Amino acid sequence: MNLWLELILVSLILANLHLLGSSRINACIRTVALQAVLLSVVSLLVQPHPIGLRLPLLAAASMAIKAGLLPWLLRRAVREAGVQTEVEPIVGFTTSLLLGLGLLGVALHVADRLPMADADGARFLVATALFTVLIGLLLIVGRRKAVMQTVGYLAMENGIYAFGLAFAVQEPLLVEMGVLLDVFVAVFVMGIAIHHISREFDHIDTDRLSALKD
Amino acid sequence: MIWALLLIPTLAGLAAFGLRRNGPRRALLLASAAAHLAAVVACWRDAPPPIADGWIAVDPASLLFLSITSALFLAAAVYGVGYLAQESHVAPGGEDDEELPFQNFPEAVFTGCLLLFLATMSLVAVSQHLGLMWVGVEATTLVSAPLIYFHRHHRSLEATWKYLLICSVGIALALLGNFFVAVAARSGGQTAIHLTIADLTAHADSLNPRWLQAAFLFFLVGYGTKMGLAPLHTWLPDAHSEAPSVVSALLSGALLNCAFLTILRTHGLLAAAGLADFSSDLLIGFGLLSMAVAAVFIVGQADFKRMLAYSSVEHMGILSLGIGVGGAAAFGAMLHAVNHSLTKAMLFLAAGNILALYRTKSTVRVRGVLRCSPITGVLWMAGFLAIVGSPPFGLFLSELTILKGMFDAGRPWVAAAYVTALAVVFVGMAAICLRMSYGLPPGAAPNPDEPAVRSTRREPFWAIAPIASLGALVFLLGVYVPPPLADLLHRAAVALGAN
Repeated sequence: MNLWLELILVSLILANLHLLGSSRINACIRTVALQAVLLSVVSLLVQPHPIGLRLPLLAAASMAIKAGLLPWLLRRAVREAGVQTEVEPIVGFTTSLLLGLGLLGVALHVADRLPMADADGARFLVATALFTVLIGLLLIVGRRKAVMQTVGYLAMENGIYAFGLAFAVQEPLLVEMGVLLDVFVAVFVMGIAIHHISREFDHIDTDRLSALKD
Repeated sequence: MIWALLLIPTLAGLAAFGLRRNGPRRALLLASAAAHLAAVVACWRDAPPPIADGWIAVDPASLLFLSITSALFLAAAVYGVGYLAQESHVAPGGEDDEELPFQNFPEAVFTGCLLLFLATMSLVAVSQHLGLMWVGVEATTLVSAPLIYFHRHHRSLEATWKYLLICSVGIALALLGNFFVAVAARSGGQTAIHLTIADLTAHADSLNPRWLQAAFLFFLVGYGTKMGLAPLHTWLPDAHSEAPSVVSALLSGALLNCAFLTILRTHGLLAAAGLADFSSDLLIGFGLLSMAVAAVFIVGQADFKRMLAYSSVEHMGILSLGIGVGGAAAFGAMLHAVNHSLTKAMLFLAAGNILALYRTKSTVRVRGVLRCSPITGVLWMAGFLAIVGSPPFGLFLSELTILKGMFDAGRPWVAAAYVTALAVVFVGMAAICLRMSYGLPPGAAPNPDEPAVRSTRREPFWAIAPIASLGALVFLLGVYVPPPLADLLHRAAVALGAN
């Protein structure tokens, strides 16, 4: 495991914690974009074999969509909805951070137990990817604004996709592109929904979406 | 032929976005539904060759679920065209308790999404590649979200948001499952295995069992969310109750089945790798939990569309249970999937008629459907009898087959829990449905506070024929399962790992 890889993995963990601790929506969107870039780079670094042209291309496409297009869409949704840029947590920032540290432990533990044929670097990537997925889930349940839930979804998707780039390389381009397309459309549709929510309720707090229950 | 299955609805759907006039667009909806069904029938007559390197092929399970989807879609299209024509006349604020002013979604977008919904469901049914299947399932979520938001008001928006978020998150977890299967193939030493069902099954021995088990967990949680297995079903009652009845019928009858098919395929994979015990126990556990949760929420339910939605959760639990138990129960589960789809679509469409008549989803305020609207009332009662598993309808047969399979497999406790849940649901639904059907309609009662029902109105052909034909099919399947269908069900159950 070389120095670069270590550096990036540490910054990823810090980025995840930043997502939990930050109170500004725009900062969170930027962090998720950064996370997508870093994870793509890591997944290239951990490849044990020399990589061909296909994988860098895929990583580049994923970066373009997840670090360029989607953050732009989300920022636009925030601007158009005219919402305040505070995050408004359900689970407080300190509690979120503590939970996040706990999740880091869980991710390391799980990654340790999964049998891996590959080197140490891969093991740490698995841990980081899982950690990112868990952070995404925490954001989805622990944040009030629809935009932040979408950010959580993106973080989760970043983690999963990094895992895929690193280990599922023999899968053809078509499927990977299909996955990227789906994610793109998902965020797009969520963006539209956010727009409607803001128009219907004058805010995008999902905890007011509570008319339907038993 | 397979291309036709996918391309007809896709192209028609795209065209529908562009068509400005209502008449041609509705004709297009009907025509493509009929053409799709014709293509499926052609697949019954002779099996089409696989395309795209075997990634897309029609095997028995595909054919079964394609047929259900296509038949339901035709029924829903006929109903939907009439519904859309009526909706465009009714003043805004039509069918809601709170009489909120709202506008409908543009009809072109609705029709287009409906057709694309058919295309994506067909893709899920015919894909033999785990990755492609994932893309298909996620696509069904995305194209059906606008359908749920057809009535633009805050309740349907809430339902749409929950549906989008919960299902997207669930399906993202299933993607992780896909990658785990890839890792299982790689750490088993095989580098050249593609994620096609055939390839994976052929090399099942060399897959790493630990990763495969982890993968199944993620598949079950991910696709189980979409299928509506408890405790991941929370989106389902909201989406089904707030969507227009046509869409609810398709969601419940066709979409949940597609998700079920994906779980079936992964279960088949584990069975091929000799891990059937692991996946069976999980399926049985989730199945029983779903039935229990549904039973609790059905009793005393205040909204009849939510009641139907919970009944879907219950029946998805039965399917999962049947597959988990295996043997005769697996065959029963296949038959049950067919029966449940037809019956549930019938009930949702009938619920749409009741909703249009009474303008409320409250089970308390709807009374005397049989008197107000005799044909709908009779169909509603027939649907109720069918869904709770009374003879002579098809569900009686399939539920009994599953019960028999449980005793064959030596699981009397599972059988006891199953029968208990069925009994509770029977009582809960009977209390609600009987009260709705009998009695005096609100307008006829001497109580002036009750809202008057728009007098007994003529029941149009489009609102009756689809429901009646679905009902006739369920009845037919109860007394006679045609040999080709029985053969197909059997082959599908065997191919998916039921021994």
